[in-house]
This record gives sequence, structure tokens and C-alpha cells, in this order.
Amino acid sequence: MAEMITFREGVLEALFEEMRADPSVILMGEDVGAAGGVFQQTKGLFEEFGARRIIDTPISESGAFGMAIGAAMAGMRPVFEVMFGDFMTLCMDQLVNQAAKVRYMSNGAATVPLVLRTTMGVGAGLGPQHSQGFHAWAAHVPGLKIVVPSDAADARVLMKAAIRDDDPVLFFEDRLLYAAKAQARDADESLPLGRGRILRAGRDVTLIAIGRMVGVARAAAEELAREGIEAEIVDPRSLVPLDEALLLDSVKRTHRALVMDAAPLRYGVTGEVAAVLSEKAFDWLDAPVGRLGAVDTPVPISRSLESFVCPTPARVAAAVRKMM
Amino acid sequence: MGASTKRAVSGGLSEAQGVSEDSLRLYRTMLLIRHFEESVRRLAAAGETPGLVHLCSGQEATNVGVVLALAEGDYIASHHRGHGHCIAKGTPIDLLLAEILGKAPGICGGRSGSMHVVDLPRRNLGTNGIVGGGIPLAAGAALAARARGTGEVAVCFFGDGALNQGLLHECMNMAAIWSLPVIFVCENNGYGEFTAMEDVTAGPSINARGEVFGIPSVTVDGMNVRAVRAATLDALARARAGQGPSFLVCNTWRYGGHHAGDKQDYKDDEETKRWQALDPLITFAKTLVAEKRATEDELALIEEEVARQVKEAVAFARAAPQPALETLELHVHG
Repeated sequence: MAEMITFREGVLEALFEEMRADPSVILMGEDVGAAGGVFQQTKGLFEEFGARRIIDTPISESGAFGMAIGAAMAGMRPVFEVMFGDFMTLCMDQLVNQAAKVRYMSNGAATVPLVLRTTMGVGAGLGPQHSQGFHAWAAHVPGLKIVVPSDAADARVLMKAAIRDDDPVLFFEDRLLYAAKAQARDADESLPLGRGRILRAGRDVTLIAIGRMVGVARAAAEELAREGIEAEIVDPRSLVPLDEALLLDSVKRTHRALVMDAAPLRYGVTGEVAAVLSEKAFDWLDAPVGRLGAVDTPVPISRSLESFVCPTPARVAAAVRKMM
Repeated sequence: MGASTKRAVSGGLSEAQGVSEDSLRLYRTMLLIRHFEESVRRLAAAGETPGLVHLCSGQEATNVGVVLALAEGDYIASHHRGHGHCIAKGTPIDLLLAEILGKAPGICGGRSGSMHVVDLPRRNLGTNGIVGGGIPLAAGAALAARARGTGEVAVCFFGDGALNQGLLHECMNMAAIWSLPVIFVCENNGYGEFTAMEDVTAGPSINARGEVFGIPSVTVDGMNVRAVRAATLDALARARAGQGPSFLVCNTWRYGGHHAGDKQDYKDDEETKRWQALDPLITFAKTLVAEKRATEDELALIEEEVARQVKEAVAFARAAPQPALETLELHVHG
């Protein structure tokens, strides 16, 4: 029986394992070294791998991330940590104009095997500039891969897969999941990106959720089950590449779908997934594909206001009832 | 700050350091760049180059003085005026020109053009369409070399326009704190787009931008290939000895303005004449003859050969096919 690990431990174990296996893996970021990370998410790495591989950067996100790209082009596999996803904005030129395009611009001769690891999460009272999740924004840029793990076991195997991938991968960690536990899977298990999973089987509706929304979907599914509505929960795990086949297969069986995300609804992940389902599974659908996302506002600091920002189990259940 | 050609570093250091200089190779490479660029200018005027092209005619001494001092394994990152760097680093001119024309046999399959040439097998991290964009790439390659302990050095070229990008200061700071084997080379041609460097650049000198981080910073006569080479060899020696980054400010001149077709109304004729008198090809040719390294006839033969090479490259690139439609979606991801 495998041990229970937290989400934080899952990612950290992946880093330890990949760094032991491959000397070209390095970690860069603010306070990732001797301090062990502001969320204790890099604890112990510095002691084992030293300052040449665990690199504490100044607060210079743009330049330091650009250097990670250069290091990747020169043969390293950097994991670059952006402490809060909000600070990704400072890396956007490097991310969009350099990292995303190198493989294409070089006609496949050069690659950028790096992971941009960052945190996000509405619900910790961190306010407008420390809560945002920019996964949809990044997913709009051709050349980037986007991973949003939903539990500790997945966090571990997906981080390993992200490090081994030859393209720039953005790895979004919801801080509100950091202490959540799951049963670890076999130590050497890894999987290619682009493979989703069905977390709960159900015949009546497909709930498509990523990251922390998976937990919200589970709670809603339990509530709906008491009313005789059986929801299937599908976690795509990566947005790019997207496991369209799995999503379509589920929807063709349940004939209804609700797509959920914790980032703003407008022009977001939910719209893209809903469009894919509507275009490719139209004849199987018994209701328009539903969407639930965060409200289209900055994230307020007030606890009472903040609690209304993201989809809740009650709102998910209500949305499903309307579709039935 | 003035764009005068201070001669803070003299030529001839290379010999003193025991590194033999192949003078004719320096000359031939500069000449190849000049002929190449003049051909691109004509192709651009004829409407055959998609997008914008930025020519480095006039800046050959900085291109060649730096790049030919490097070892094969050393990295460079270039900028939007980067054809000369690519040629000096060894990208075949026919494949480079085909790329600039967006043709199938181009070094990047016709998807990158003038401003995004990536030639990693020759350790060229690319020309770059974002001003200052190559700076962190080179610094990162230096970080990789340091992490591996493999001894390569990385050079980033940028113009005076990039002096005011925050990225430069971030990277200089990190290169200094980590003693990275990187050489920052500012090719100061006096203008960022159409704006004079002095009008937008504060501080006592360009060198001061490096000195504030404790980076050894020198002003170099960027029209003198030997002066550039000597300064580069000094910087390389420091980098390879683990002594960290250097900053070379090479004062130079762009004959063709910002982009091919720029009418250059913002320059005055006297200034242009002063710089043309310093032309790196004309002055180096005189030096070679005076030192009896070549006769004028021998130099003329070199020029004939170079002109023929470029003519063949133009014929090749013009005749080359457009990329096949099936290649459009290749290499977005692996």
C-alpha cells in the first residue's frame, strides 16, 4: 500500500527524483535555495544538490526566466519557479516571444525543455495581485504546454512528465491544495502529457474540472447523487495538449456537460472546452454545454466577497439541475 | 554621452596573448558580410524580402572582431541587425539568404526570416525581434556552461537601443553575482530606430551601465576589427578563468539606417561622412597592405571571390521554392 503524500510533497518528490536521475535538471527561483521556498515547497533540495543546481534568483522575473530559456536552449532542463502566478506577467515577453517560439522558429532544430512552475488560488485572502491563475492566458499561445494537477499523486507524476518533456511546460499549482493528501502511485510511474482521467463514473452528466475545481465537482456529484443524478467527473490534467478523445467519449455517453474553472469565465478555458464539445459532439448533446468560472472581477481581499468568486458545489449542483 | 570613437583598447593585444590572428580571414569575413548586406538591400528594395530587414553594413568590425575570437563551442545571441553575426558564426550564406526570403531551404525552413534566425548547431541562439531579447538567452547559456562546468562562453550582442531595457540590467546583475562566463557587447551605432542615443540615455557613460554592477567595462573602437578582437580576447580570458562577465561598448555606425529603405532624414551629412571615413573595410585593407600581409591585387581577388559567392547565394535563394503548406503546423510542439 503506497503512502499518503500531500500535494506539496508530491511535487517535491518529483523534483528530487528527476534531479537525481538527470544532472541537467536545475531549479531556479526566488527563495528556492537555503530558505526552502516560501511555501516550503523546495525544502531539502539545496542541501542535496547545492548552489549550482538550486539557484536563488534576485527578484528579476523577466531576466531570470529569460536566462532559464537560454539555459534550456544550451542543454539544461530548468524548472523555473514563479512564486505567485500573478508575477508571471513579468515573464510574459520571455514566455510568449522566446520560449514558445524557439522550436518553431528553428524549424525543430532547437527546443526549450523547461518547466515554469507557479502557484495560484482564490480563497486564501491574498487579494487582487496574489491570487490569479493565468493558465487560460498561457494556453492561448501556440508553443506552450499547460498542466493543472488536481491532487498530490497527479502533481508528482505530472511534474515528472513536465520535466521530461522537451517543450516549455507551465505547471499551475493551487496553493489551497498544498496540504491535501492523496495516495502516491508507484515511484517510477510517469505519463505523457495530454492524458486525462475519469475520477468518478456517472451516466447523467459529465463534469469537466481542473485543479481545485475537481474537489468542488466531487462534492457537487455527491449532492446530486442523493437526488438520483449520477455525474461523471473528468479531469483533463493538461489543457495543452488536451485529451479531447476522453472528453468526447464521456459526453457521448452522458449527453450533458458542465465545464468548470477557478479563473475568470470570460474568454477562458471553459469556453474553449465547451466549443470543442459543441463542435464535435453536437449530435449527442441533450442540452447546451454549461460553463462555470470565477466572476469576471479582480479577486477581492474581503473574505466574504472572495468566497463568492469561484464556483462552489452548490452552484455546480444548481447548474446541473437546470440542464436535466 | 557621445558616440565618439574612443580608442580605449588598442589593436595588437591578440598577438601579445599568443593568439594568432588570421588577418585575411577577418578581412574576408567582413567583406562577405558587406556584400551580403548590400545584396539584401537590393532585394528589399525590389520587394523580395517579406517583413522588415535591418542591415549591419558599417558594423562588420564588431561582428567579426567578436565572433571570430570565439571557440566553436561558444554561444552567441544576436539581435534584429544580426546577419553579420550569423555569417561570422558560420551559417552558410545561401541558407541564410533563403531564410531571409522566407524560402524552403532557409536555415529555419522559411519560418523565421531575418529577425528570428536560430542556428543552434552553430551555437547561435538566434537573431531576435525583441530589443534586448537575446541578452537573457546568452546569459542563460552561460549559466548552463557554469552549471555543467564545460567552459563555454556566451556573447550577447545588443544595440544602444537595448541599453534602456530593464532586461539588460537584470541580466548584468545576475551575471555579476554569479560570475557568469558571458560577454555583453553593445554595438552602439548612435541611434535606436530613428532616435539619437544621447536623447534617450542618461548617465555619465555607457560603460557606467556595466560598472555599476562591478563588471569590467571598456569602450572599443567598433570600426577597428583588431581593437574589437583584442577586447574580446581579454573578456574571453576573464570568462574562461572564472572571473565573470565583461562589457564591451563598441562604437560603430549603421550605413543603411534602421531598416532597409530608411531615408535617414534624422542624420546630418557631416556626421555620416565622418563615420564613412572610418569604414572598417577600407581602413583594414590599408593596414593589411601597409603591413605587407596582402597586396592590393590580392585583396581585389578576395573581393571578386566574395562577390561571386554572394551572387551564387542570391541566385540560389531567389530560385528556391516557398515552403510546402504541409510544413505550416510542424514544430509547434515536439
